[in-house]
Amino acid sequence: MIALIDYKAGNLTSVRKAFAAIGAELYDPGAPGDLDIADAIVVPGVGHFGATSALDRGWVEAIRGRVAAGRPLLGICLGLQWLFAGSDEAPDCPGLGLLPGSCYRLSGGSAENGGAVKVPHVGWNNIRIQRDAPIVAGIPSGAQVYFTHSYVAPVTLDTVAVTEHGEPFASVVQRGHVAGVQFHPEKSGEVGLTILRNFVRASREPC
Amino acid sequence: MLSKRIIACLDVRNGHVVKGVNFEGLRSAGDPAELARRYNTEGIDELVILDITATLEQRRALAETIHAVARELFIPLAVGGGIRTEADAAAAVEAGADKVSLNTAALSDPALITTLAERYGSQAVVVAIDAKRAGEGFAVYARSGQSAAGRDAVEWAREAEARGAGEILLTSIDRDGTKVGFDCPLTAAVSAAVSIPVIASGGAGSLDHFVEVFTAGRADAALAASIFHYAETSVRSLKEHLQGRGIPVRL
Repeated sequence: MIALIDYKAGNLTSVRKAFAAIGAELYDPGAPGDLDIADAIVVPGVGHFGATSALDRGWVEAIRGRVAAGRPLLGICLGLQWLFAGSDEAPDCPGLGLLPGSCYRLSGGSAENGGAVKVPHVGWNNIRIQRDAPIVAGIPSGAQVYFTHSYVAPVTLDTVAVTEHGEPFASVVQRGHVAGVQFHPEKSGEVGLTILRNFVRASREPC
Repeated sequence: MLSKRIIACLDVRNGHVVKGVNFEGLRSAGDPAELARRYNTEGIDELVILDITATLEQRRALAETIHAVARELFIPLAVGGGIRTEADAAAAVEAGADKVSLNTAALSDPALITTLAERYGSQAVVVAIDAKRAGEGFAVYARSGQSAAGRDAVEWAREAEARGAGEILLTSIDRDGTKVGFDCPLTAAVSAAVSIPVIASGGAGSLDHFVEVFTAGRADAALAASIFHYAETSVRSLKEHLQGRGIPVRL
């Protein structure tokens, strides 16, 4: 079973419906100890990075423990940002720190450099795949997915796909069995469901 | 590059899709879940379900409609019409809406915008503005276009953004259902005044109307109903037309 961590940052109905549609079983861990049985963990979330402070030390240690035991982790939107060391959005609130780097606000581009863009970044944009990774198996580079966010993760060695909105940012990351997507796979049509299927497949593999 | 979104609006009454002209004279256009499926196959980017009567009894039918659409379509779904309170919004969200659209309630109780943005995030809060030309400016109307709100559309859009709205759904009452084109000056004025996306609505009648609203109108998204419902234009042929004019779309 896959643990869906609800730390009250946004509504998870759509995420639940999408996993149900691909035949994956989710459960709600009420306490960190409930993660002991998780085959995989999903950290969703929209809104402010500060909301992740609800994931206190007990949760952080339990999540790190499952990852250390070889179980896959998927961060969605704010959940991707939380995989990093932190974010300018809430400087006093550390991230999970599984990936190096820190998140920052989109600059909105400039009139001189390709034109100004609106922030927040809302709508369908393409992902340019930089390297093969299990989380993007079967997805062509240039596929369009649905975004809604103002903060982004930096492009690093963990970046799988890059998206451009005034500047390039990491739209898909993966290091080992830790993956994240800045967009909403539950709202990205067939492309999004393929991403979720790739994650669910990994959750069914033995450690 | 961020695509310009094409959004289909389903005006729902008693579980059926209906469409009028200048907010009046309704005729039926079919089952919402069936239309939603068709649009999804054709590549629609987003759906809006507007409950245009919204009595208590019909509210339950609306929840069933939302649920039926959200169960099988994995694209953004907004719901509006008659959302007056936090509880109304919560019911729509629990049924599967990703966004709620506030109109009259936002005007009479602007704090509701902030309450919902804090609870669900700004991305979940759309403020719908119905505007009509008034001299040099654009006057805001409440209650499905029936009463003047005594506010200017540009100024109200700015305030809605400041209070936490994530998008503006801007409808021209003058153009609604007329098929003579979007009100591009209205859309451009609001789009330039806010940094959140502006969805243009009202007046779509030809493919080039969409080209105009995405260029001169500076819209981030365009919404239409009748042009799609009666299969006058498919979503796909509209998007191919836009792409041919250099406008980025999801195909």
